[in-house]
Amino acid sequence: MTMDSVSASITELPPATPHDHAPPESFLRKYVFSLDHKVIGKQYLGLGLIAVCTGMFLSWVMRYHLAFPDKAVPLIGWIAPTFAAGGVITPEFYLQLMTMHGTIMVFFVLTTAPFAGFGNFVLPIQVGAEDMAFPRFNMMSFWVTFVAFAVLVAAFFVPDGPPLSGWTAYAPLSAVGKSSGPGEGLGQTLWVIAIGIFCIGQLLGSLNFIATTLDLRAKGMTLARLPYSTWAWFITSMIGLIAFSVLLPACVLLLLDRVAGTSFFIPAGLVVSDAIQPHSGGSPLLWQHLFWFFGHPEVYIAIVPGFGIISTILPAVCRKPHLGPKVLIASQLAIAGLSYMVWGHHMFLSGMSPSSATLFSVPTLIITIPSAIITLLWLGTIYGSKLRLNTAALFCLGFVSVFVTGGLSGFFLSQPSIDTYLHGTYFVVGHFHFVMGVAAMFGIFAGTYFWFPKMFGRMMNETLGKWHFALTFIGVYATFMPMHWLGLEGNVRRYSSFPSDYMHGSLPLHRFITYSALFLGASQLIFLVNLIWSRFRGPVAPDNPWEATSLEWSTTSPPPFDNFGGVHPVVYHGPNEYGVSGPRGDYIMQTDPPVAAAPAATA
Amino acid sequence: MSMVKRMSPPSAARTGVWVGIGAITMSFAAYTSAMVVRHGSIPEWQHFTLPPILYWNSLVLVASSVTLEVARRRIGGPFDRLGHSETLLATKSREWLSWYRITLALSFAFLVGQYLAWQRLASEGVYLATSPSSSFFYVLTALHALHLVGGLAALVYALRCLRSDDGPRPVNVLAAAALYWHFMAVLWIYLLVVLALWV
Ligand code: HEM
Ligand SMILES: [Cu+2]
Repeated sequence: MTMDSVSASITELPPATPHDHAPPESFLRKYVFSLDHKVIGKQYLGLGLIAVCTGMFLSWVMRYHLAFPDKAVPLIGWIAPTFAAGGVITPEFYLQLMTMHGTIMVFFVLTTAPFAGFGNFVLPIQVGAEDMAFPRFNMMSFWVTFVAFAVLVAAFFVPDGPPLSGWTAYAPLSAVGKSSGPGEGLGQTLWVIAIGIFCIGQLLGSLNFIATTLDLRAKGMTLARLPYSTWAWFITSMIGLIAFSVLLPACVLLLLDRVAGTSFFIPAGLVVSDAIQPHSGGSPLLWQHLFWFFGHPEVYIAIVPGFGIISTILPAVCRKPHLGPKVLIASQLAIAGLSYMVWGHHMFLSGMSPSSATLFSVPTLIITIPSAIITLLWLGTIYGSKLRLNTAALFCLGFVSVFVTGGLSGFFLSQPSIDTYLHGTYFVVGHFHFVMGVAAMFGIFAGTYFWFPKMFGRMMNETLGKWHFALTFIGVYATFMPMHWLGLEGNVRRYSSFPSDYMHGSLPLHRFITYSALFLGASQLIFLVNLIWSRFRGPVAPDNPWEATSLEWSTTSPPPFDNFGGVHPVVYHGPNEYGVSGPRGDYIMQTDPPVAAAPAATA
Repeated sequence: MSMVKRMSPPSAARTGVWVGIGAITMSFAAYTSAMVVRHGSIPEWQHFTLPPILYWNSLVLVASSVTLEVARRRIGGPFDRLGHSETLLATKSREWLSWYRITLALSFAFLVGQYLAWQRLASEGVYLATSPSSSFFYVLTALHALHLVGGLAALVYALRCLRSDDGPRPVNVLAAAALYWHFMAVLWIYLLVVLALWV
């Protein structure tokens, strides 16, 4: 164990008390119901991996059907004989696939992996703590999320299958029950319960992130010295705290409408499937407001951790300090605040008055300013640097690229008059896949290549990593860029196929997208192989392979049970000390002693 | 090299409760604003009079907050700025215990009173699904009761700590539980005002 940097700053430890916990012995306590934030972080990442594979598989079935509407989809007739007999995809089944794809991806991949996954593993170490503030809540947070996933997936196994109301579950169709379509019975009920449970899990997680950042920081770790990734997770948890506190009530009310006969979201005189619904006094728009009040902040829950990951990696690979650290944090705080004022831009077509639309359009345009500032800070950091072009760096560059691409289309969508045309089309699908799906995925990839050595004590293979990046980068542009054209042509979204109508001409482009999507999916096999191979056969990782500054690199790879091996780190520097001349070289770690000339510190 | 993880500092528990209070406030803000919006925009909104017992209940809940503070004062101090204490002056003397018991009794009385209020409404034919206003009434009161049961569990847990542990920990657990308990009373008063005005 090389602990040189830590031992330079040992402090007195308080005596042990009966409430301290020692490392667990049993398998169950160690790997399953673990209280250790490092294990919980890996559990979240594992859940994310299972979820992303499930979600991707669903998307292939949809894509295959869109490209070859008259052909049976291979395998699916065998996997799901009740829903797709003989591999035939009905419009209803298509919507069920789409709903599950969106729900799994948004909640169980883009929220769990970058925020709960990496955040759990890295944040306590980066602030110099031994664990999260409330380890029991932390364990509950994961297992509650796991149960939510199980409940959601259970919808595949109930008689009518999963719901078909989309990841946004618009009322009143999501509220009236069976009569509004297959899967709108038990399937939709399971969906509501799953999302409600998920909210509880994420609230517990946010609580922990906030208390840990505020109260468990090591000596000398002022707020100004927090690494950017910790800042990002901290800001994300504040966004999440408010957002999930609103989605949870929305789910409770929707569930009551479904099972207890209330009418929160169902208006009087509603006729569904030729039957008048026995409800009165509710409002479908209320659901949209509650959902999008959560929904827009949710997109920032998915992306802000990515901001933090990129801002942490970039200085380390550029070997120069991040440009404008204070502006960077301020911009993220501005985004967090503004994200609660823009939800109406998802509802321009809900019949709102033009003046309300303007009221939502203006903050939507304003929110692009902090996003643009952050992007410029990244570019300025990269500009003129001696970039170490490893895989993590490549995914950072890729992140900037796809985030800008997606952000630009958002700019169009934020004008109500343009959105009136584009709202129901593939243009929006292209927009959010770039800015949310792909950008957040690139953040996850960058984080994986960067922190894998710390998590598992082994390096990942760089050659495979670079191939993975190159093919993924080509794949995402080939898959999602053409969707903007489809949207401009008027190709509507959420339709299962366009074989014989005015959109017939778009079929070749749909085929191209499908081929690209399969190519993109296949490229991920390289990543999986790299993960598994490196986990067992990768070269042993040093403590600080990237010559980075933050605290996780001052302990062993992987860190010991209590993170710092019985010592308490003391922090003397900010995380941004790159491109300087210190005893180690061109960087100073946060725990390095303040006097630059410390000969003993170089091992 | 010791490899144990130490207990989180008491300030973390405080932060935790405050963050929890923030989340609960936000979710009740969502429910009540949904209700106010619904009230404003549908013609068939039916008003009904709140069962009078609710007002008595409010007094009971506020009283429980007061008795809890009395018990806390007697348990000992000195408290620091955050309400933490290094010493447990009076645990041996037990004179706080009766105040603590009164607090628990009052909180049970509150829950029973809420249940009676529901029964009263049900006897008048006002159920969860009767009208939008009754739906909001039941949802808000039920969720408040649910959160209150959580606070009650925290108070019982704090009592157990006070009886079994001598260090600073019981006082800190109690400080966190008491903060949450007072918030429950404030939340109830807010809900009562909102319900009185809109349902
Ligand atoms: C650069 C600033 C951004 C602007 C101006 C913007 C604008 C918009 C607008 C106006 C819409 C509504 C389009 C419609 O439904 O007709 C929209 C949809 C969407 N945006 Fe953005 N956006 C921005 C950034 C982001 C980010 C950063 C994310 C995610 C990380 C994101 C994710 C989404 C999603 C998921 C939807 C579609 C939801 C759905 O209908 O299913 N956007 N965006
Ligand atoms: Cu939005």
